[in-house]
Amino acid sequence: MLLFLARKTLGMLVTALCLTLIVFFLTNLSPNLEKLAKSELGARITDDEVASWLDKNGYAQPTLVRYGEWLGVLPGWTRDNDGEFTGRCIDGKADAETAASASRFCGVVQGDWGESSVFKRDVGEVVSRALKLTGKLMLCVMLVMVPGALIVGVLAGMREGSRLDRSLSTLSILTTATPEYVSGVVLVAIFASSAVGLKWLNGSATSAMDNITIANFTLPVLTIALYGMGYIARMTRASMTEVMTAQYIRTARLKGVSFYNVVMKHALRNALIAPFTVIMLQFPWLLNGVVIVETLFNYKGFGWTLVQAASNNDIELLLAVSVVSVFVVLISQLISDIGYVFLNPRIRIT
Amino acid sequence: MEPLTWTGTIGTFVNPIFSITAIAFGLAVVAQIVLSFFAPAVTLQANADGTLQQRGGAFGLAEKAVKLLLIANVALILVYLVGGILLPYGDAGIIGAISKRFLPVWIALILTFGVSITFKRRLGLYGKLFDSTVGMIGFALVMFWVFTAVLAGLFDLIATYDPLSQISGLKNKVPGFPVTDERKLGAVPHYLLGGDNLARDVFSRMVYGSTVVISIAPLATLVAFMVGITLGLPAGYFSGRLDTLLTFLSNLILAFPVILLFYLLVTPEIIQTGIPSYMAMILFIFPVVFFVVLLNARFYTQPSKRNPILIGVLAVLGYFYLSTISQPGTVVHFLPAWLDLFDIPGGILVVFVSVVFVNSPTVFRIVRGLTLDLRTRDYVAAAQTRGERPWYIMLWEILPNARGPLIVDFCLRIGYTTILLGTLGFFGLGLPPESPDWGSTINAGRRLLSTYIHPPLAPAGALLTLVLGLNLLADGLREESLKD
Repeated sequence: MLLFLARKTLGMLVTALCLTLIVFFLTNLSPNLEKLAKSELGARITDDEVASWLDKNGYAQPTLVRYGEWLGVLPGWTRDNDGEFTGRCIDGKADAETAASASRFCGVVQGDWGESSVFKRDVGEVVSRALKLTGKLMLCVMLVMVPGALIVGVLAGMREGSRLDRSLSTLSILTTATPEYVSGVVLVAIFASSAVGLKWLNGSATSAMDNITIANFTLPVLTIALYGMGYIARMTRASMTEVMTAQYIRTARLKGVSFYNVVMKHALRNALIAPFTVIMLQFPWLLNGVVIVETLFNYKGFGWTLVQAASNNDIELLLAVSVVSVFVVLISQLISDIGYVFLNPRIRIT
Repeated sequence: MEPLTWTGTIGTFVNPIFSITAIAFGLAVVAQIVLSFFAPAVTLQANADGTLQQRGGAFGLAEKAVKLLLIANVALILVYLVGGILLPYGDAGIIGAISKRFLPVWIALILTFGVSITFKRRLGLYGKLFDSTVGMIGFALVMFWVFTAVLAGLFDLIATYDPLSQISGLKNKVPGFPVTDERKLGAVPHYLLGGDNLARDVFSRMVYGSTVVISIAPLATLVAFMVGITLGLPAGYFSGRLDTLLTFLSNLILAFPVILLFYLLVTPEIIQTGIPSYMAMILFIFPVVFFVVLLNARFYTQPSKRNPILIGVLAVLGYFYLSTISQPGTVVHFLPAWLDLFDIPGGILVVFVSVVFVNSPTVFRIVRGLTLDLRTRDYVAAAQTRGERPWYIMLWEILPNARGPLIVDFCLRIGYTTILLGTLGFFGLGLPPESPDWGSTINAGRRLLSTYIHPPLAPAGALLTLVLGLNLLADGLREESLKD
């Protein structure tokens, strides 16, 4: 088991390194850097000025070296301008003494994520604040989505082909066919529009960042939950119908165990193994939903930050956001692998 | 000119009846679901005189009511639609007028269904689709949008106004608002589904949006399948190093959240560096490789037949390939204008490439999994014993036997690609902002959603029905392909 874990973690780290390298490369292409220089110095600067600014700020080094510096495995660059020192690990300009005492490495490994050029604050601070807000959203989504999907799936799967099964299956196909930007728009039109409709809820979740109420948080949560729910429900249904046709269920029924007890005691536990993996693998998709919903409802969480960073060419912030989201995906895959082994007694890792 | 109401004169008689039957239908469905938990199951009882008697009780009653009310509802909806076609323009309201505009689509749909159902026993899996209700509904929804896209895109039939032209005074106007400017009058004197925030016709934009979506999504999915099949077959068949490498690469791409990937690939800065053009060069070579290998494997033993076929296919596909990747204004531009067959308008190639790129790893995984399973079959062993070469076995023994799951996944994946295209439009990536595709239109409409709800609802409904149709179609196909 330990070996299995170690191998999985190692594979995950290699993948993460490759992915961060790709993201680093894509966000640090020369047009991006040129745009950054122009946004710092003004749009009318000449190419020479761009080159000298890039050189002064350490952007002229080879991409791999800068990736190493960003990661914190290569020493950060320093520059001596006649006794005034600037460098990756030095704030502003400093004299020789301060420059010498500054730490040599400052990268992600040391916890230094750089500064966001849009928010003018530490990237770590921006991302952790955003993650906290998105964490609340995800928690609510999970609380609605997982029980809802499992109940729908089990109800549909326990009597295959019944009318209940058909209506619930159609419903889950309908929700999987409705992407967040469609269901969000429709839900807002029905429940929140000030012109027509019911006017029960808020069409914006901005106020939910401070205090969550039913009025401002229902729609974003529902929008994300609905899309994921259909898929999980279908997987649960498939696994439930498979279990319900198994020999031991028939034996239990023939012994005279009531249908309710068969479902609750015999079928349910075996039927929930497959949906667990599906729920964990659903995380990358939820991340997508989060980006769409936070943009749609103007909730300034992780997804909103991603959009801001990407559309404003905020390189350091975009890198941090990518690293976090890639790790979320990889860790959820790891948990799904491990959990599958734990839940399914037929799989043994030696 | 009077503004149109939703149902016009038909509505005065039919609306009250329709609302009653619709509410009754809803109640009956709820009653049926609740009763299914408690009521005894419906049983058949054989009588002494040889007849059968159904004992339904309350549950059976509810079931019967649902069936009857459903038929009544469908009949009433048909009254709205057929009434709109038969009555003169305007008498049947907005719904009738829209139904009249879609008349060519209705005719095409009826013809397709008539011909298909008549000959369904001779049409293989496609014919079997018409045995399943779900599959037929899905097929109807999909074909509705396909016909709309073709008729609007090629023949300018369905749409009433130009999707880009603005008419002053119609900004954010409600559905059925009359066009007052005589000079700009289109095919009908109203904005059937209202105007958007730039005073363009929402209905026409929705119709032309289908052209954009239908022309990109299936083709992009097809290319993604070619990539996935060309790489997945050898990975599953040979296993070993190649498999490890390709699986690692596909996992790498799959670990990216899709939106992040789009933001990294579809920005003006990246397009400036030419990365999408190089990616297009790599991705579009796969269909060429696929067909060449496919035919080569088949006719390898008959050189007199193989050589002309290969030369012909290579020439046609190669020419298409070169015309596709050579785009003026990008880094890859080598064909002179008179040799270049077609130019893909700005942004679409980038969107196409990124959608293919996102889809192909998943297809690769599916094909690889299927190959791993199928290569242990007896017919593969038989082919190996006969001395067939690996590519023949992969493409002519394994691939045809994997077609069932692949066809089902193809339908699902077109729907997924449609959703991805909408996502791109929703974030304003790739396609030009005035493009009538559904994602961009939803994005433009959502900003004023709290006051004007109609502009984003039409494209949202369109996207929903198309993706729903594809899902139902896939479900029907899966059901029918499992039967044999």
